[in-house]
Amino acid sequence: MNIERPLTQHLHPDGSPRFLREYVAAGGYRSLRRLGTELTHKDVQRLVGESGLRGRGGGGFPTATKWSFVPMGPDVSKPKYIVANGDEMEPGTFKDRILMEGDPHGLVEGMIMAGYALDAEVGYIFLRGEYHLSAQRLNQAIEEAYAAGYLGKPLPGTAFRFDLHLHSSAGRYICGEETALINALEGKRAVPRAKPPFPQTVGLWGQPTIVQNVETLYNIPHIINHGAEWYHRLSRTKDGGTKIYGISGRVTNPGWWELPFGTTARELLEQYAGGMADGVRFRGLLPGGISTSFMVEEHLDLPLDFSSFPPEVGRLGTGTMIILDDQTCPVGFVLNLERFFARESCGWCTPCREGLPWVAKLLMAFEEGRATHDDLSLLEMHTKWLAPGHTFCGLAPGAMAPLQSALRYFREDFERHITTGGCPWSKQSAQQRVLV
Amino acid sequence: MLSEIERRELEDAVKHYPDKRGAAIDALLTVQRHRGWISDESLLDIARFLEITAEDLDGVATFYNLVFRKPVGRHVAFVCDSISCWIKGCEQVQERIKNLYEVDLGQTTADGRLTVLPIACLGHCERAPAMMIDQDVYGEVVPEKLESIMDKYK
Repeated sequence: MNIERPLTQHLHPDGSPRFLREYVAAGGYRSLRRLGTELTHKDVQRLVGESGLRGRGGGGFPTATKWSFVPMGPDVSKPKYIVANGDEMEPGTFKDRILMEGDPHGLVEGMIMAGYALDAEVGYIFLRGEYHLSAQRLNQAIEEAYAAGYLGKPLPGTAFRFDLHLHSSAGRYICGEETALINALEGKRAVPRAKPPFPQTVGLWGQPTIVQNVETLYNIPHIINHGAEWYHRLSRTKDGGTKIYGISGRVTNPGWWELPFGTTARELLEQYAGGMADGVRFRGLLPGGISTSFMVEEHLDLPLDFSSFPPEVGRLGTGTMIILDDQTCPVGFVLNLERFFARESCGWCTPCREGLPWVAKLLMAFEEGRATHDDLSLLEMHTKWLAPGHTFCGLAPGAMAPLQSALRYFREDFERHITTGGCPWSKQSAQQRVLV
Repeated sequence: MLSEIERRELEDAVKHYPDKRGAAIDALLTVQRHRGWISDESLLDIARFLEITAEDLDGVATFYNLVFRKPVGRHVAFVCDSISCWIKGCEQVQERIKNLYEVDLGQTTADGRLTVLPIACLGHCERAPAMMIDQDVYGEVVPEKLESIMDKYK
């Protein structure tokens, strides 16, 4: 068996969807045929544990460990819920969209299997409101799966029946935080909830709930079909499987690729994205969305996975990286990120609501030539005031990751803004405009 | 008052949740699809249907940026301003829209044709800069292409 790209091998190159007939003809829904005495819910849990599957939403939490907190057995309060987190709003990230648009049934099958593993009978796909094409195609897939008896009826050989709903959201980045997402699904403001209790025990409408990233769920049927050993062989590192990596920014060929987990940034950049675009040079990258820390030249040969990332470099995040080139101002780059975070803060806790706009204003002062060295220390202080433990959820600490690392790697650029009284890059482009 | 068709659609939406309130966002988006935006009157209609207070529902409506509590134009253009699009020149796209249609972010053209809003990363970063008009996404939007794209939205 030589499947190297289980998640994307059957996707149509033109981006058109695979619906039921084609999906089943290529082996889709096969994982459900063995359910029952041959494959109990404990077997599915064990296989996922042995596979080393880790959450693909950015956290990298081991899926089986997350599952282990879900209460099991006949006395547990019902229903239990499985929620697919399809609120893909992390800037620079577009991998879940590729899967949902091209292969909507893969998500349905993954959710049924996760539901079976945890004896959870109801599923929701929480989809960001802007993904209209994904919504259309998922709706069709859900209808087809009901008609074919994969949903809404006991699965052959079992008493397990799964129901699945699609929820299209209405914006706001914070919905991707799992407890905020649960509030949004209940029809409330998407403000995060205090943890504990964790959603695994007290989640959606107070019931046991697992919230899982879309790409993670797509992996599960393949693990069941081909086994944990096969899954490990796909990867170059301790974390099992493949990863959908992506690149955006000024490179020759921006895009996405499903590759062995542990592929390096240099390989992605040079072999897959075709190197930097004409006339620009590499300065740094954010490895997986804007809540990750900058990596620079010296980090390009690190395997991009969850377990071999040195803590001082940061974390992988979503694996879809954004490239900073030498024609782009690093301070302007970080200002764009912090404005995003300030706008998207839910406003619930003070440090985040007040701190992020302050950070954005400070960066604006650099760009406009009003900044002093005191502002540089103020920025640094914010990276501590908004560090993990000081805020209600991870949004503000995530916002500090690119800022803190930019202050480390691009410090001289911040200082140049102070000494030259403004943004050297915008002056440069203004000059170029005059020359033209 | 909710129209017959709105009521039917709301009743369908509620079936997906264990309580009526769960359908609050679906209900707001459904009525918005019919009426263009959520006026105070619409808000009251929906709140009554969901059996929650209008104040409570307004808290929800004003939280989510795709729910419009002010009137919008016949078409809404969402210009992505997140990082990958910023690198590739979303500011020039915004500038071009401003020049062509005399409208700033957050405003509606005088003829009511177009509202322009900023939007968080649309998830089309490999084709930046991206924008969405109503429900259609466009990638690699260079300022020169804008007019021909906009021609489809009268």
